[in-house]
Amino acid sequence: MKPRQKRMTIILGGLAGLGIVIALVLNAFQGNLVFFFSPSQIAANEAPEGRSFRLGGLVEEGSLRREDDGLTVHFYVTDTAQRVPVTYTGILPDLFTEGQGVVAQGKLDGSGHFTASEVLAKHDETYMAPEVAEALELAKGEMPASSSLVQ
Amino acid sequence: MNINWFKYASPASFYPLAGKMIPWFAVPAVILAVIGLIMGLFILPPDFKQGESYRIIFIHVPAAWMSMVIYLAMAFWAIIGMVWNSRLSSMMATALAPTGAIFCFLALWTGALWGKPTWGTYWVWDARLTTQLILLFMYFGYMALHAAIEDPRRAARASGLLAVVGAFNVPIIYFSVQWWNTLHQGASITPTKSEMAASMASVMLIMAIAAWLYSIAVTLKRVRCEILDRERHAAWVAELSTEAK
Repeated sequence: MKPRQKRMTIILGGLAGLGIVIALVLNAFQGNLVFFFSPSQIAANEAPEGRSFRLGGLVEEGSLRREDDGLTVHFYVTDTAQRVPVTYTGILPDLFTEGQGVVAQGKLDGSGHFTASEVLAKHDETYMAPEVAEALELAKGEMPASSSLVQ
Repeated sequence: MNINWFKYASPASFYPLAGKMIPWFAVPAVILAVIGLIMGLFILPPDFKQGESYRIIFIHVPAAWMSMVIYLAMAFWAIIGMVWNSRLSSMMATALAPTGAIFCFLALWTGALWGKPTWGTYWVWDARLTTQLILLFMYFGYMALHAAIEDPRRAARASGLLAVVGAFNVPIIYFSVQWWNTLHQGASITPTKSEMAASMASVMLIMAIAAWLYSIAVTLKRVRCEILDRERHAAWVAELSTEAK
């Protein structure tokens, strides 16, 4: 082998080995890299008990209820299969609304009620003009056009 | 047409070629960036959910793409430099690093500014944000290691190795939003689909092309400085400086 080919073989061999190592490490850490747990995972007892974790899903349509103090809210987080009741006191992000993605940090009590200390909005990767969104809503015929302009 | 490409692997012949190429990338970069910014910030409609705040996407996404592409380019030149022992390749790798680091920082910074009004926080330790932060540290590490070693050939070899190892982070950044639950949303535009209105996607494309052209122009400029610095004792550089006088 020429020195150049030898160097190339060493480098490619090293890279292949390193790739396998990284793949194995990522595979082993799979569980720890989860940013949030879904309601279904909680129902399957996969979420940690007694310590703080994040719950992610959609704010269930029609479940949002505000208390008179103006800061405390109750809502259900759903992944369409399971749902978890959540209570939160504090300021909500602008994008927080029913049907919208949400990630809440907090603890689960014995009765399956989640008390959040922080609520973050999770938005999806869709971007379009309000008029387009309105037209799409109209085409679906689900709700009047004006209600799609929440924000 | 038969061009001897290897001729341009020599710093002495690449130096004037790079000088001629710079305006061909720099001028279109400025024009496209101006068009893209005017379209993106003033002419396009607001987003149906995020309103005006989504407009930062026209900086954020091209910067994030560029930070990943430049790292891969850096690793590519580092490998070529190690296998073929060509000086110009390792100079290319060195010249790319600062631009990549700037785009990486820009992506993190605009992301934080965007995260506050939409998600409700500047920063979370989810897989996408964390791996992108690691990319910034990889750039810093590369530049620091390169600067710490006196002998240019040893510096190129050590930092080149770091560039190659760090390249594994790039696919992890890109696919992190698919592999794990993250607060960061998935990709709006992939080679197979687009979840963005065509007008918004095309402005983002214009900004991405501008970022590419800018990066090429700046890297060529920087590699010229690098060539002069490393070849300062060579006869052709001495000739160049006497010509200038």
